[in-house]
Amino acid sequence: MLQFIIRRLAGAVVTLFLIGAVTFFLFVAAPSDYASLACGRDCSPERLDAIRHALGLNEPIFKQFWEFMSGIVVGRDFPDGHCAAPCLGQSFYSGDFVWDTIMDRFPLTLSLTVGAMTVFLIVGIGAGMLAAYRRGSLVDKIATGSSMVLSSFQIYFLGPIVLTILVYSTGWMEDPKYVPFTEDPVGWLVGLSIPMVVMATIFTAQYTRMARASMIEQLAEEHVRTARAKGMSKKFVFFRYAWRGSLIPIVTVLGIDISALLGGGVVTELTFSLQGIGRLAVDGAINKDLPLTMGVMLFGAFFILLLNILVDIVYAWIDPRVRLS
Amino acid sequence: MTTLTKTEDAPAPTGPESFLSVRDLRVQFSTEDGIVKAVDGLSFDVERGKTLGIVGESGSGKSVTNLTILGLHNPRTSHIDGEILLDGKELVTAPEKELEQLRGNKMAMIFQDPLTALSPYYTVGRQLSEPFMKHRGASKKEAKDRAIQMLEKVGIPQPKVRFDDYPHQFSGGMRQRAMIAMALMCDPDLLIADEPTTALDVTVQAQILDLLKDLQQEFGSAIIFITHDLGVISNMADDLLVMYAGRAVERGSVKEVLRTPQHPYTWGLLSSMPRLDGDIHETLSPIPGSPPSLLNPPTGCRFHPRCAFTGEVTGTLCSDTRPPLADGRAAACHLTAQQKQSIFIDKIQPRLR
Repeated sequence: MLQFIIRRLAGAVVTLFLIGAVTFFLFVAAPSDYASLACGRDCSPERLDAIRHALGLNEPIFKQFWEFMSGIVVGRDFPDGHCAAPCLGQSFYSGDFVWDTIMDRFPLTLSLTVGAMTVFLIVGIGAGMLAAYRRGSLVDKIATGSSMVLSSFQIYFLGPIVLTILVYSTGWMEDPKYVPFTEDPVGWLVGLSIPMVVMATIFTAQYTRMARASMIEQLAEEHVRTARAKGMSKKFVFFRYAWRGSLIPIVTVLGIDISALLGGGVVTELTFSLQGIGRLAVDGAINKDLPLTMGVMLFGAFFILLLNILVDIVYAWIDPRVRLS
Repeated sequence: MTTLTKTEDAPAPTGPESFLSVRDLRVQFSTEDGIVKAVDGLSFDVERGKTLGIVGESGSGKSVTNLTILGLHNPRTSHIDGEILLDGKELVTAPEKELEQLRGNKMAMIFQDPLTALSPYYTVGRQLSEPFMKHRGASKKEAKDRAIQMLEKVGIPQPKVRFDDYPHQFSGGMRQRAMIAMALMCDPDLLIADEPTTALDVTVQAQILDLLKDLQQEFGSAIIFITHDLGVISNMADDLLVMYAGRAVERGSVKEVLRTPQHPYTWGLLSSMPRLDGDIHETLSPIPGSPPSLLNPPTGCRFHPRCAFTGEVTGTLCSDTRPPLADGRAAACHLTAQQKQSIFIDKIQPRLR
């Protein structure tokens, strides 16, 4: 198992490097550069050259790339200070260190992810399992019907409706805002409750459907019937035999969802006027801000790879057949 | 009032009725296309220590019947009529809780494909122990001892080590042995084996059959053995029930049915069986046509659209009247006893030899 994890981690490092390379060279190959953009319309060649020099853009491409990538491991020195590892460079646009900017925004993204996930895992999977257990009952019909409707909603649709009702027309709540958890846990929860609930609602609907379908599929498995034939009760069979297999598709999708959420949700952040990782990615692309784009890209890719490894470990825990191969 | 807890040493109750008695069983499934009459008026008996073989094509209702005996049909989509008496206890109307007490305890089932019928997620030992702990109230330790003892009995080498293995670490034959051990954990009085050897290769098949016979002698269980392999059945069963399209078409002792079959469907089954000592140029004679849809089964005798001998029966008897199946040695066919005998001797027997 340990060997497996080490092998996967090494693979992840290589993948991250490749993602970095692809992002970097695609960006450089794109037909616009930040220096001429920053220089403005009446740009003298001297001024352009000065900007290029200041940003390190007149260095050879490969050297630029190498400096960026090695900076992640050992840190870098810039004219206005040392950028400690993991250094993701200095934003062209704001001049801030990208790592600091990301760390500034990440707590919000992490809060939204954790908050929404707690709700949709418990409510979504719970409702889906209950619906499968009582298949055909009223509970099942309500769960299936409402999740069908809710999962076809989008955050930019549901979000403004909830904002209009709770904030703009009644004034019951304030605009969503981020308060650090360590400063004020209650304020943290209240400030982010609307986006958390809206995100959770849509995910809950999807997880309900998925858990129900997965459970029903497992209940039709032959080994589940064998367990019934041994005289084990419906409940025992449901929670012991069917439940375990039904986790596999859920864990797969959950891994993808968590890494996507941690990589930042542009739509959610724009809908609720919040400053998270998703916005950074958009800013980086719009401003042709190479270090920022690289930083956010690698940060997101890191979570995707991390969650992939975690999901594989969970697979091995669920299914002994995976463990041995 | 039958007690659910078993007394192991008590002699088998000797009553006029058999240990398992199925009377006029009807099983219908509602599907999107309509009602499937999977089993239609089936009756049979099994005695303790005896083996009843049930043969028939896929979809003839063999497996459905036996799942119904265990009460493992889907209650939402199926409708059951008739009587199933296990040791005098009516099962069709019994509440789920009571069936749970009987399953795996008094009646157990061996499934066809041991790879899919054992859970991949838990060790063989754990899966074996569960019913013993539930039905006998045994501790984990006692259940483990019992499981190891049973694994040894079914011929699994190093049962103590194998106890902690997962099913995928077993070979096909070993999985089926484990499956049998699991069914026997609580000394069931009725053992239903649903094509237990179909997924296995022939040498392993023979071992499993021998094992089942030995275990039956030891435990005195009644066995229902479902198969479509007539070779296997002649080896295993005392009595034979031939099913076609949800009905029993012929019954009798194995010897009688296989030596002097009386029903045209049984003739067809026997003629379509390849022989080891047969001439390789000799063609098999399959039954013409295909099994009927049970959504809309044929009227009268369900076999009549495929039957070559309807011409011998006067009028339209075959297509409008259901032929009765008498008790004992009998075939549900409108041909007279003489006709059956003469057709068999003239037309069928030469093909079988």
